[in-house]
Amino acid sequence: MMRDKNISKSKVVLEIKDLYKSFGDNHVLNGFNMLLHQGENLVIMGKSGSGKSVMIKCLVGLMEADSGLISVMQNDITKLTQEALDILRADIGFLFQGSALYDSMTVRENLEFPLRRHTKKFGKDLDTEKLVIGALDNVGLANAIDLMPSELSGGMKRRVALARTLILQPKIILYDEPTSGLDPITAKEIIILMQDVQNKYGTSSLIITHDVDCARVISDRMILLIDGIDYAIGTFDELSTHQDPKIKAFFKQ
Amino acid sequence: MSGMHKIKAQLDSFLIEIGDMSYFTGRFFKELFKRPFEFKELLNQCYSMGNKSLLLVGITGFIIGLVLTLQTRPTLMEFGAVSWMPSMVSISIVREIGPILTALVCAGRIGSGIGAEIGSMKVTEQIDAMEVSGTNPFKYLVVTRVLAVTLMLPLLVIIGDAVALLGSYLVESVKGDVSFVLYFNQVFDALKFGDIMPATIKSFFFGLAIGIVGCYKGYYCKKGTAGVGKAANTAVVFTSLLLFIIDFIAVFVTDIFYDL
Repeated sequence: MMRDKNISKSKVVLEIKDLYKSFGDNHVLNGFNMLLHQGENLVIMGKSGSGKSVMIKCLVGLMEADSGLISVMQNDITKLTQEALDILRADIGFLFQGSALYDSMTVRENLEFPLRRHTKKFGKDLDTEKLVIGALDNVGLANAIDLMPSELSGGMKRRVALARTLILQPKIILYDEPTSGLDPITAKEIIILMQDVQNKYGTSSLIITHDVDCARVISDRMILLIDGIDYAIGTFDELSTHQDPKIKAFFKQ
Repeated sequence: MSGMHKIKAQLDSFLIEIGDMSYFTGRFFKELFKRPFEFKELLNQCYSMGNKSLLLVGITGFIIGLVLTLQTRPTLMEFGAVSWMPSMVSISIVREIGPILTALVCAGRIGSGIGAEIGSMKVTEQIDAMEVSGTNPFKYLVVTRVLAVTLMLPLLVIIGDAVALLGSYLVESVKGDVSFVLYFNQVFDALKFGDIMPATIKSFFFGLAIGIVGCYKGYYCKKGTAGVGKAANTAVVFTSLLLFIIDFIAVFVTDIFYDL
């Protein structure tokens, strides 16, 4: 097993220690570990069914882990009350693989929806209209404000979903396959957008992807999730030149 | 797998589903009284379920009123009892045909709609997206829909009953030359508090059943478009069966009260 020798010493915003999760006899996560530092872009790669999505869902409390520690900004989420978890979730953005826009609502209503529960975060200064337009401006879709999700292309949906994620001004953004199902040009646009967001807001990002190009461009560090564990950790260059056949298999294109 | 094992496995899965649905119903009542209340979404759902079902319920009721009167008239004429027509039609519609038929129509329209809508939200991760945004999806989606259909169904039943009686009057006015006032005087003379109240109360339970089953099937729908279709379909089948069981229990309980 390879470990990163140059882990940043800055503040840890997200930590997973010895995470186990099984579905019957199917042991998906077998003691997975990871650290995400402030301002870092951490990419997690793994084969289909390797437990990446399970891990990310455990991270936001959508799924309950069998055992292990999940700490988000020094809060052990397995021990939080539902109310405390909901408050913490305002600081964690989640971009879903299929965008997950509410299809019965307009783009505006999609963006307003997360604000309903987190008015306290913005206090008296909450100006919904300004926040919605600002978030859409960030993704270059201010003119789509009154459209329905069914009227948007795949790339536009992903942008609107990112705007919805950004509207709560999260400190951490979790991306679940941000470029899957998109053509190469649109995928590149989304990657650039993710970089812009990171530069503008200084967020920490955890990116789950199969896309080697995406990993090359965006990652500060990478983790290869194999057999339910953090099999290899390092920079893109370190891992892409590694001689372990299991690691090499990921970078064969 | 042998025949006995298959039956046992099916029985086990049926009982597990009943248990899960009971837990789901319990959670509905628990969340119902918890803040924050989703009034806007509740009104939205009331409009969507009530107003948009009105035409279907009205047409069904009107036709049933016409058909019931046309079918019964010759028999009553044979006994010289055609003057009992308003009483007979009103009691059968208000006590039984109106509530059950409206509930069945709504199970088809509203129950399948809820199952398909929540099911597709589930498979496209919209429910997960709500949860990670800090909104309780059970409260926002399930509580509002179940409450809306529970409140709207008795109103739809009342409207359906009224339209059915209007249909019946139309046949009577053409075939028997009865005035509107006379017909409806006889209707209201025949109807008693004991006819209207149990029917209204059981309509609330019909609405609750439609909402709970539709939401449950959608909320726990399996992945994929096939899962959404199955959720919509089983919601209608299971609700229809449940409506007849509730109807039987309601009639049984009402009968006990009549005997007291």
